[in-house]
Amino acid sequence: MGPGDNVVMTTMDDVLNWGRSNSLWPLTFGLACCAIEMMATGAADYDLERFGCGVFRATPRQADLMIVAGTVTLKMASRIRMLYEQMPDPKWVISMGSCSNKGGPYWQEGYHVLKGVDRVVPVDIYVPGCPPRPETLIEAIMMLQKKIRVQEAALGPLGFMRKKA
Amino acid sequence: MTFDDIFSKLSVKFPKGVLGKEETKPDASIKIEPSAIHEVLKYMRDELNFETLHMVSGVDYPALPALCVVYHPGSYHHKMIVSLKVYLPRTDEAKVTSVTDLYKAANWHERETYDMFGIQFLNHPDHRRILCPEDWKGFPLRKDYVTPDYYNGMPVPLYFEDGAPTEGGAH
Repeated sequence: MGPGDNVVMTTMDDVLNWGRSNSLWPLTFGLACCAIEMMATGAADYDLERFGCGVFRATPRQADLMIVAGTVTLKMASRIRMLYEQMPDPKWVISMGSCSNKGGPYWQEGYHVLKGVDRVVPVDIYVPGCPPRPETLIEAIMMLQKKIRVQEAALGPLGFMRKKA
Repeated sequence: MTFDDIFSKLSVKFPKGVLGKEETKPDASIKIEPSAIHEVLKYMRDELNFETLHMVSGVDYPALPALCVVYHPGSYHHKMIVSLKVYLPRTDEAKVTSVTDLYKAANWHERETYDMFGIQFLNHPDHRRILCPEDWKGFPLRKDYVTPDYYNGMPVPLYFEDGAPTEGGAH
């Protein structure tokens, strides 16, 4: 947003981004041990609900955020792609843990592991760790919120933010 | 009852089925003729109080060459586990009779052994892969297995053999 932008549009951006960044609904979706840390993050000790992000939805149709928590096997990769396509726009993806970042401990000999979930879905934030502690996941979600707050939300057809391919 | 008691009982009952004792570590194992494994396990279950089957797994011996199926029937009555080994030819025609009708636990174990080693289990009620995708080629735990470069358009290794990094996927 710079000088000369439409005042109303900037306000729309701010309002939409504010709403979107503070009501990220993740998909209930765990693949391996990272999912245990994700559950811990959602539970009482770390309380993801403080960030408006604790409403884990059991269907991709209601989710904004996919946290890929765990080892992405080749068998699972096509299912992940399908789940991602079922999520409504705007949508974001957090790749949680070494496995979904780049294959993790299976990076060399894992005949069955996809070497990075970014090969099937576009990833916004990568979280390092094996598995990452809940604080790390919370920081990733806060980084994603920062990223959403500066997005030009009102661009694109019908005012909906379209992901650039 | 000790391992030697079991071995001598099986040897007397199945003189052709029991091929001998193998001094594996830490416990010895019994070599069984492939065609006899079903009746040996049936006898052990019904007469020798081996109520459970703890494990069915496979081993690949490229040096022999042979594929091996290892059975671990267990007995709470005798407080012991015995390992039975069945050696099969190291080809895609390696076949052995399923013991799923004796022990329900064998069902998934035999499917996994088929998935990883390509050993076929005759009369199995649900004979298909259990872990790998159904259109997977090859049997990953065989020693001569070569990791494919692509699976359904997705690159499998991080680097190809010439060192070039793989990229992209099924977008």
